[in-house]
Amino acid sequence: MRKIECDVAVIGAGPAGLAAAAKAKEQGAQRVLLMDRDRELGGILNQCIHNGFGLQLLAEEMTGPQYAEYFIEEAKKAGVEMMLHTMVLNVGADRKIHAINEHEGLMEIQAKAVVMAMGARERNRGGVVIPGARPAGVFTAGAAQRYVNMEGYMPGKRVVVLGSGDIGLIMARRMTWEGAKVEAVLEIMPFPSGLTRNIVQCLEDQGIPLYLGHTVTRVHGKDRVEAVTVSKVGADFRPIPGTEWVIPCDTLLLSIGLIPENELTLEAGGKLDSVTNGPVVDDEMSTSIPGVFACGNVVHIHDLVDNVTREAWAAGEGAARFVTGRQPSGQTISTAAGEGIRYVVPQIVHTDNLEARDVRLSMRVTAPADRVRVEAVLEDEVVYSKAERVVRPAEMVALTIPKGTVSREAAQAAAAAGHKLVVRVTKRDTAAQGGNKS
Amino acid sequence: MNRRTIRTDVVVIGAGVVGTGIARELSRYDVDVVLVEREADVAWGTTKANTALVHAGYDADPGTNKARFNVAGNAMYPRITQELGVMYKNTGTLVVATAPDQVPHLNELLERGKANGVPGLEIIGRERIVELEPFISSDAIAALWAPTGGITSPWELAIAYAENAVDNGVTILLSSPVTAIDVEGGRAVRVHTPDTTIDTQFVVNAAGLFADEIAGMVGARDFNIVPRKGEYYLLDKRAGHLARHPLFPVPTAFSKGIVVTPTVDGNLLVGPNSQVVEGTSDLDTTAAGLDEVITGARRLVPSIPLRDNITNFAGLRATAQPSGDFVIGPANGVPNFINAAGIQSPGLTAAPAIALEIVNLLGEAGLKLVEKPDFNPIRPRPARFEEMDDDQRSAAAARDSRWGHIICRCESVTEGEIVEALHRSVPCTTLDGIKFRTRAGAGRCQGGFCGPRVVAIIARELGISPDAVTKKGGTSRVLVGPGKQQCSCSCGKCADEGHVGEGETHA
Ligand SMILES: Cc1cc2nc3c(=O)[nH]c(=O)nc-3n(C[C@H](O)[C@H](O)[C@H](O)COP(=O)(O)OP(=O)(O)OC[C@H]3O[C@@H](n4cnc5c(N)ncnc54)[C@H](O)[C@@H]3O)c2cc1C
Ligand SMILES: Cc1cc2nc3c(=O)[nH]c(=O)nc-3n(C[C@H](O)[C@H](O)[C@H](O)COP(=O)(O)OP(=O)(O)OC[C@H]3O[C@@H](n4cnc5c(N)ncnc54)[C@H](O)[C@@H]3O)c2cc1C
Repeated sequence: MRKIECDVAVIGAGPAGLAAAAKAKEQGAQRVLLMDRDRELGGILNQCIHNGFGLQLLAEEMTGPQYAEYFIEEAKKAGVEMMLHTMVLNVGADRKIHAINEHEGLMEIQAKAVVMAMGARERNRGGVVIPGARPAGVFTAGAAQRYVNMEGYMPGKRVVVLGSGDIGLIMARRMTWEGAKVEAVLEIMPFPSGLTRNIVQCLEDQGIPLYLGHTVTRVHGKDRVEAVTVSKVGADFRPIPGTEWVIPCDTLLLSIGLIPENELTLEAGGKLDSVTNGPVVDDEMSTSIPGVFACGNVVHIHDLVDNVTREAWAAGEGAARFVTGRQPSGQTISTAAGEGIRYVVPQIVHTDNLEARDVRLSMRVTAPADRVRVEAVLEDEVVYSKAERVVRPAEMVALTIPKGTVSREAAQAAAAAGHKLVVRVTKRDTAAQGGNKS
Repeated sequence: MNRRTIRTDVVVIGAGVVGTGIARELSRYDVDVVLVEREADVAWGTTKANTALVHAGYDADPGTNKARFNVAGNAMYPRITQELGVMYKNTGTLVVATAPDQVPHLNELLERGKANGVPGLEIIGRERIVELEPFISSDAIAALWAPTGGITSPWELAIAYAENAVDNGVTILLSSPVTAIDVEGGRAVRVHTPDTTIDTQFVVNAAGLFADEIAGMVGARDFNIVPRKGEYYLLDKRAGHLARHPLFPVPTAFSKGIVVTPTVDGNLLVGPNSQVVEGTSDLDTTAAGLDEVITGARRLVPSIPLRDNITNFAGLRATAQPSGDFVIGPANGVPNFINAAGIQSPGLTAAPAIALEIVNLLGEAGLKLVEKPDFNPIRPRPARFEEMDDDQRSAAAARDSRWGHIICRCESVTEGEIVEALHRSVPCTTLDGIKFRTRAGAGRCQGGFCGPRVVAIIARELGISPDAVTKKGGTSRVLVGPGKQQCSCSCGKCADEGHVGEGETHA
């Protein structure tokens, strides 16, 4: 068995892994190894051949592959070593990794730090329990996307999409462009789970109806899907009897959410957050296992790749600081989701960093709202806030607390007294603008 | 259509665990056997949709076929699964009483089990139960412990039986529904499928849910099959620890109740309910049925997490009316037509013993049984990456680089295993066939990741177009045709790297 040693091993070469690897190298890690099981670098971006990537970070509208290309170049320039077709089988708490590929066979990699960037998998039919038959023709939207965009084959001609996640919306449009008829998109929630621009461009512009508050209650067909029964749901999300109708179709695409791919993290002994399904991380993107970092969809599901890259830079830097002995002192304070917030990442912030750096908190709101303030609260005092015109569950909200806003001492004292740094949304009554300290 | 005629000594109709077992036991002898199956693969009837338990044998009434073959079959499991390289775990099973008025039933089962010859039965108290099952309901007060109970993989057993049979000379015809049987002079003499006529000395009816129709073909429909549906949840391996043994509630008149059990692969299986249905092909799950299942299961293990559900499925019990018992023996008036019908639960457990009995009955009916000197009872377990240690993995990948290429991420299945499964003695041509043989696509993402990759491997290995690959034979094609966007570029890379989109080029 081949044995390899490195400073930082990065698992997964999607946008998260690519940016983390380059950043680790830039920040002083010596040997940085980037591994992916797929045949190319770029992760999920390779199948996203639509526009809409990089607007925030690169001020340019790119396709998924173009965005990936930019960061592949960056990683290459930085001197990151890359291994494709390489599956990581397990990671130990001692940061010993087993991986395998066709050329090298089984390898043992001893890393000083590890970055978990394995992305997410799609929730499938079992995840939402759709009764009925089990014929061919039920696909997750991502699998269908792979067939169409990468293999060049059509998974069906007459399509119903369940779930209004971005992949489903993009695929509704793609299938239409490819000559298929998309009969409907059904969403169980009263609001769409995909980005507004995707609702407009992928559904409205294509004339595809979106049924909010609806779901599929039965799949029909012996060999291949022949139809689905759909139904309106009540406030309890259960189908309302009498509202059902049948839509003939040969394909059901599922776009019902992504689940962070944390089997490796769990096996290594990392602690997961039950809301995000990702590892609990601090603001250096360290997991609960010393020397093991994480970023991207493996931590929480992102809607914009730009945010993935930002988070990955933090993880890459965290890993480099770890291997070069520059990590913060260790005093921390927990964050918490308050009123109107579903979760906050990171779950833990170093008090050193609060004093010395800008600290970025990412979160999801529980329901759509307009004219709100997003507030960071410590011991009942709003320490920082910003106004948002609209917030939606589909769109991640970020709050960057400028360095020094909270002093190390204040944070430590609060933590010692059992307080958390709470983030909440409140309704705005005055038309305050932009970020400010209050 | 091009019809062909073949000649044989015995036709076995139905390649479930019963039919494949019979074919395999017959392959010990110098006898020509043709195993005929209407589906594109073996094990796709009830054999692929049941609870996978090797029952101890205390359920059935003493003196019934069910009781006799259950206990005998159970005793054969350790050896048969070892010979055939099939997973089997002798876990022991528990029938758990969750209310005081249920306790007398445990004693009844104990007595019945003793009468059936089940060894080692014992009533245990709450303390022992909790030791055995930390996640059991706080209502559990007593249980029947059956140390000979266990779990297995039903399709592994049927596939292994079939492969071992074919290795020992049996002919298997897949995608071949029997449509008619000619009877001459009170004997079944010819079996017809759409493209083959089989002249034969004997016929065995192991057609599961369709056994009454097959019996009708020789004018001996002495029983009717009434299907009873059972629905299931299959949970992620993450939830596998919630039950260490198969856990039964105290049974009702119709079924052994909703079971919570580990599977041999480490998942948690929950079900079945019991619902009489109209058709023998109604395998739909229903919202009401699934609710019933989860509610029932949580009475035994309250913490079953629905969010770890991977898939749902349903199976049909082939209950023979009027007897309700296994129908084993020659049909009335057609002595060379032997039924192995109405094999509902505990049919999986009983199958190895039923196979021996059918061979005996064929002998009694006049089939000459001369043992073949070269019969090989061993069918080695196909190598699995997931089951290897590091050294074995290294060696496998060094021998053949395809064993270093993981295709199914959830179950760690390599390209090497998939290719191997496509070229064994029983043909495998479908996505489901690969799933049952290798577990590629059987894990938590249910083929979301590996589906496209497995389709490509099947197409390549069988020399067919990807859009000709089916999920489960017939018209179950996975893809409906090429996309509009097949590259127009002449780069030559598209085949290997996939097609890029409009206006894109390869990296
Ligand atoms: C269809 C779709 C449309 C989107 N649209 C937009 C958009 O328009 N604009 C936008 O900005 N963002 C968009 N996003 C969001 C954004 O692109 C994703 O959130 C981002 O790609 C996630 O990056 P990642 O690196 O965390 O994960 P991934 O890109 O999924 O990368 C993870 C990588 O890890 C590898 N891996 C996993 N496990 C292992 C292992 N054990 N061993 C080796 N390798 C492993 C995988 O092969 C994969 O390559 C979209 C996402 C999707 C899916
Ligand atoms: C819900 C449920 C749970 C169960 N749990 C257990 C358990 O835990 N333990 C246990 O011991 N038993 C259990 N059983 C019983 C067990 O599954 C069955 O007894 C066993 O699988 C029967 O096997 P078989 O070969 O008779 O039937 P099948 O597997 O149905 O095989 C019959 C085959 O015949 C083929 N066929 C039909 N018609 C034709 C035709 N015209 N031409 C050619 N081929 C044809 C079918 O395609 C099929 O492949 C359970 C059953 C059910 C339904």
